[in-house]
Amino acid sequence: MSSPSATPTKGKRTRGSNPPTPWSEDALTPPSRRRRTDDASTSDLQPMPTSPVTDMRSPAVQDTSLFSSPAQSRHSAPLNEIDMSSPLTYGTPSSRVEGTPRSGLRGTPVRQRPDLGSVRKARQVDLHSDHANGPEAPASEHSVGQKLVIWGTDVNVGTCKEKFQRFLQRFIDPSSTDDENAGLDLNEPLYMQKLEEINVVGDPVLNVNCEHLQSFDADLYRQLIAYPQEVIPTFDMAVNELFFERFPDSVIEHQIQVRPYNALKTRNMRNLNPEDIDQLITISGMVIRTSQLIPEMQEAFFRCQVCAFSTRVEVDRGRIAEPAVCRNCNTTHSMALIHNRSIFSDKQMIKLQESPEDMPAGQTPHTTVVYAHNDLVDKVQPGDRVNITGEQVITFSRSSRVQHKILRIYRAVPIRLNPRQSNVKSVYKTHIDAIHFRKTHEKRLHGLDEEAEEKLFTEERVRTLRELAAKPDVYERLSSALAPSIYEHEDIKKGILLQLFGGTRKDFSQTGRGGFRAEINILLCGDPGTSKSQLLQYVYNLVPRGQYTSGKGSSAVGLTAYVMKDPETRQLVLQTGALVLSDNGICCIDEFDKMSDSTRSVLHEVMEQQTLSIAKAGIICQLNARTSVLAAANPVESQWNPKKTTIENIQLPHTLLSRFDLIFLMLDPQDEAYDRRLAHHLVSLYYQSEEQLEEEFLDMAMLKDYVAYARSYIEPRLSEEASQALIKAYVDMRKIGSGRGMVSAYPRQLESLIRLAEAHAKVRFSDKVETIDVEEAKRLHREALKQSATDPRTGFVDISILTTGMSATARKRKEELAQALKRLIQSKGKVPTMKYQQLFDDLRAQSDVAITKDMFEEALQALTDEDYLTVTGKTVRLL
Amino acid sequence: MPTVHDWINNPLGIVEDIFAQSNCSPDWETKVLEYFKEKLKDNEAASWVPSLNDVPVHYLKANSLVKFRCFIQDMFDPEFYMGVYETVDPSSKSKVLRSGKYKDVAECGHQVDLNTKNAVTLERQTFYCVPIPGESPWVKESYSCSNPARVVPSTSYAPCRHKRSYEEDEDMETQPHKQKEQLAGPQGTTDIHGSGDPKRLETEAPSSLSNAASGCSSPLDLNFPLPGEKGPACLVKVYEEWELFKVNDILEVYGILSVDPVLSVISEDKDSSLVDPMDCTESVEEQRVHCPPASLVPRLHMLYAHRLQHNNPLLPPAASEASSGFLNDVVSVRGELLGYLTHVLLGDALAAEYLILHLISTVYARRDVLPLGKFTLNLSGCPHNSTYTEQLYRVIQQLIPSSFRLGMSLHNMNNLRLVPRKDYTANRLLSGVLQLAPNTSLFLDETQLEQGQLDSTGVRNITALGNLISWQKVDYDFNYHQMEFPCNINVLIASEGKSLLPFLTPCLPCTPHSPPQCDCHVRLQPQLAPPNLEQYISTIQVSLSPSLLNKFRIYLSLLRTLDYSISEEVTKAVEDDFVEMRKDDPQSISAEDLHRLLVVARLLSLSVGHTTLSRDRWMRAKHLETLRTNRTEQQKCVNGNEP
Repeated sequence: MSSPSATPTKGKRTRGSNPPTPWSEDALTPPSRRRRTDDASTSDLQPMPTSPVTDMRSPAVQDTSLFSSPAQSRHSAPLNEIDMSSPLTYGTPSSRVEGTPRSGLRGTPVRQRPDLGSVRKARQVDLHSDHANGPEAPASEHSVGQKLVIWGTDVNVGTCKEKFQRFLQRFIDPSSTDDENAGLDLNEPLYMQKLEEINVVGDPVLNVNCEHLQSFDADLYRQLIAYPQEVIPTFDMAVNELFFERFPDSVIEHQIQVRPYNALKTRNMRNLNPEDIDQLITISGMVIRTSQLIPEMQEAFFRCQVCAFSTRVEVDRGRIAEPAVCRNCNTTHSMALIHNRSIFSDKQMIKLQESPEDMPAGQTPHTTVVYAHNDLVDKVQPGDRVNITGEQVITFSRSSRVQHKILRIYRAVPIRLNPRQSNVKSVYKTHIDAIHFRKTHEKRLHGLDEEAEEKLFTEERVRTLRELAAKPDVYERLSSALAPSIYEHEDIKKGILLQLFGGTRKDFSQTGRGGFRAEINILLCGDPGTSKSQLLQYVYNLVPRGQYTSGKGSSAVGLTAYVMKDPETRQLVLQTGALVLSDNGICCIDEFDKMSDSTRSVLHEVMEQQTLSIAKAGIICQLNARTSVLAAANPVESQWNPKKTTIENIQLPHTLLSRFDLIFLMLDPQDEAYDRRLAHHLVSLYYQSEEQLEEEFLDMAMLKDYVAYARSYIEPRLSEEASQALIKAYVDMRKIGSGRGMVSAYPRQLESLIRLAEAHAKVRFSDKVETIDVEEAKRLHREALKQSATDPRTGFVDISILTTGMSATARKRKEELAQALKRLIQSKGKVPTMKYQQLFDDLRAQSDVAITKDMFEEALQALTDEDYLTVTGKTVRLL
Repeated sequence: MPTVHDWINNPLGIVEDIFAQSNCSPDWETKVLEYFKEKLKDNEAASWVPSLNDVPVHYLKANSLVKFRCFIQDMFDPEFYMGVYETVDPSSKSKVLRSGKYKDVAECGHQVDLNTKNAVTLERQTFYCVPIPGESPWVKESYSCSNPARVVPSTSYAPCRHKRSYEEDEDMETQPHKQKEQLAGPQGTTDIHGSGDPKRLETEAPSSLSNAASGCSSPLDLNFPLPGEKGPACLVKVYEEWELFKVNDILEVYGILSVDPVLSVISEDKDSSLVDPMDCTESVEEQRVHCPPASLVPRLHMLYAHRLQHNNPLLPPAASEASSGFLNDVVSVRGELLGYLTHVLLGDALAAEYLILHLISTVYARRDVLPLGKFTLNLSGCPHNSTYTEQLYRVIQQLIPSSFRLGMSLHNMNNLRLVPRKDYTANRLLSGVLQLAPNTSLFLDETQLEQGQLDSTGVRNITALGNLISWQKVDYDFNYHQMEFPCNINVLIASEGKSLLPFLTPCLPCTPHSPPQCDCHVRLQPQLAPPNLEQYISTIQVSLSPSLLNKFRIYLSLLRTLDYSISEEVTKAVEDDFVEMRKDDPQSISAEDLHRLLVVARLLSLSVGHTTLSRDRWMRAKHLETLRTNRTEQQKCVNGNEP
């Protein structure tokens, strides 16, 4: 790199000390010095090669010598729009620039970029005389013009162009995971592939990730951020040159426009401040309102009423300098605006609101006005979450004082401002001109696997998290940090902790099995008043994508999604419900038992396949709902009946129950030691100060970060021993029951074990699932089973209670009873019919265990199924 | 005292002076702030500053220093303004740098040179502030009496009086005459000496204010949280540290009043606002909200503000200062108050005891999602005589600084907006009844509820009330998402039977044996049945001497601010006690009961001025709870069908 790059470095030095603060005094000084040099070097000026404009230019503009205007710092640019509107405008670029691609463009029309406000006012300044004796003097094959920088900046057009072309040609990002690059070869220059794509598809927009630019050329990136109005048109030129060189025959709608995005200065709306004016920024937020399309005049067409001479005037920020004199016939005030020959562009106002996550507690969200231009119009809808890259522009408020006769135009209705107004409202209006929109939530529908908004962690934070993870008791620490106000229930908290982390997502779609659920579902059931709701509330507050619903208050529609017809556009709109909204999060459902059957039925699909199928009003689709379900249910009889099984207590279909990995009972243990601990816990809640508690437990923010970090960066895989241990555990579980002729484990249980073990490995930040993880998973699973699947009659753990809704012993007993009944009937000899009541009494008399009417009927039913007898009314008939 | 007049009447002059002296060094801003802080340090000096709460805007001098006791209802977007600008005198061409701080309008007697490199753009934040919602009349009156800086003393009530008659005409269903009688007290005095003067004023002065107050009829909705509120709303411009303030804070703001008519852009520029492409950023609705006429919504440029811990005029701003002296006779005041409330509650001493505990309760901390210290009270068994609850509310209103009575009639539930909602067209937060300042009392009158259909708004409203009661939070509706605002509102429910509230709310566990989400349910057992309730209560009220009433007020506000702790020893005792109780009968006491017992014990200790729990108090708390539960049990037996 020779002089071209060297020149700007000089410029950079003057500004470099404080580039992002153009308002600082330091940055304000150079212009005056530069002006001195301007005058000396006007002769070797080159015309400004900014974005090309139409050939017809305002004559006034052409006549003006480029630098005859008073010195003007671009730092005060926001303030000087009044001056700008004077006829003394500045050099416009022309086709004279040597080596421009215009010859190669073959008439591909240029599209104006209203998103870059005042491009045309950029001028070049020669810094040559400033540092003729400087160390970087060796001007080689480049012309003197290469030392020019755009006025008020350190941007040299030639260098900048060259650098950008080099970036386009050489940039390779093999580790890209960006969804915009889907389907591209990662080992080839990325942007060249994109240019090819443009050639094929014909969409003349090149999106450039600023992060790439930064890693390739930090200086260029800095220039882009600081002087977007100048640099982006330069990029445009560079791309077009390159493009038409490569694809000379390509036909595209208009010249390619560069749209940078993901400027690293991504910031919260709240942090926007006066320093960001005219800089390239990326902010995220939610669209809350979009305006109707506004046609904005780009170029006004004037015709002389007297001699029909016509002229065009470009609009400068909503204002048009009306030619006072016709240049042809010298009549004054004869020029009239012909609005149907003027050129308009589309514009749309968008209100952007801070995303809820960025908001400090107790404050209301901020909003910002964004203007979208041309094809960005109608790209976003209210409710979308977007990242907008654009530049912040500040405009003077309406009552500003007017010195020149100015037309303000909207739909070609000229309005003259009241020139008598003498006081100025001292408030500016600000808006952001959008250059690029990026929806942050789109991925959900596309089903890409990465977490949409990966949280960025500072290195320091990562270090603390890693330190924490390295501690041997991290698992216990975290679980006790979970809902500290809820006493005891260690295992439940551990279960929920594992749920927060989740298993590793696996994809078996190639083998035809589809996705493999990584989410852990947990059901809490138990006595009322055992802080189940509180636990749910806590989890809901903890996870970023938590949803909290109540079984009673939600319908199937509220949980899934519904189709709505937009009253204005008549478009069908899919509105998503709690389950879809908590994709990648946790859906907390309180009062699970109160849920209607139809509502519950949608959960079947969600809880195993992790998708939701919608077929309504012409929309058929499958939405991802990779959500963990944390549900709480109360027993039917308001108090847990220890003599009944879980199923009987909560009256939920076993098909649904078997989809929960862990089912916990939250019961009042009723023992003294527990009571004491509980009392201590509660009392301490009431007298310890906030700080004391902070010390004792990890704070919620830390826990949040820990979970988020583990979820996005840790993907444990099973190690060899771990898989052996899992196999053994599963076989053991099967064995337990086999002795008594029962099945005590199904493959679902094995899957649960794997998930739990993976989650536990995530807690340790380990990439491998090891035996200890399996041990803990086994323990927790057993603990939960012991609570929920114990057969109250035998005291054995019996998984079939959950999988079939009936314990194996109960089934056995039913069969025995049926056989006994059969024997009884057979013993009676050849009687074709019997009295129902008689038979019941006989059976009771014969049996040594109490037989209820229900049991008797069940037995009769069983025999009916065998086609042994039929029951009609009060008589039993043998077949 | 010339200086007084200077810094009150022309604060901008002082700002200019300091700015000019400082030669653009950036520390002039802190100098300005220090100057005014210094001036206001003196309590007496602060009282010279006229208050926007008492004096109608049109009596105040523009660009003078005023104060405003207010509640942050909404926060607007930050705005950029000309921090420093340069003016050019056309004749002499001399340039002068001027500061744009604390001003809405840059004065351009001369031309403004907008292009100077000396210009500085700065940022400031706007808060939309309204008077404290539900502030009791006695508070207003007492504040305005203690503030001698009334511009025209006898007129301050005049618009107010006029409005009262307005209100009577209008059908204010939502708030049936609750303040009318209250107002009568203070009003009586003004009427006597100022009967001639106010009459004249009625014709000319109150148009703007009364319009504003009657909300619905006015074209401009001032967005007060509670229906029927009145007073000025104000746009407060904040220059420093606006992150420290939060929505729903109550503040006392000292600032420069700005009522320049240029600000009222609506009427003047209506046409051009439609055609100006630069201005289509704001819809007409939005403009109305963000640039309301300055005569209705004045601007206040904040020089100094502090967050108020309470709005009790009888206490100094830092309540702890007063505590030491008052604590000595706390017990006797408590006795008096208990006696008074017993009378009011028709001779039910237990209910009176619980009412005191309720009135001094406050959420003092939050453990993750659990608010600690809340003590929602449900007084059931209120006589089915519609005026009793009203009378009761009036008594409470007289005791505490801010309160609101919400009649839970079906109509109200189905129509009122309880939860604040963001209006995106106008870009503001539409207030709701539940947007209240900390420590406001919400009196829910359930006796007004009749059988009927709740529509979806009604269900949402009741859910919101349930959330408020059990989690002390309100989920503001931002259309695309909800945002949780923690609050600290004392909820008192008066009902015939046990309140329905915790049971209807879908978000709460609702099995019959679940812990009552209202922390405490007391069944009222009237000992006497006076034939004429209204008369009975007013007799009690009249017999109360004003000095004693003031003592009650101080008592209730002060005890809220006290700290509280439990010693190791007592902790142990409490634990033992709990274990012991569970041993006998595990069903007798649950964790929830212990929670409640601890709160009762805390409040009981505080109510006699003790900041630590003693064994005696613990026993007393247990005793109280037993009495209360017994009474509920009894009721169950009698009624049978009550859950």
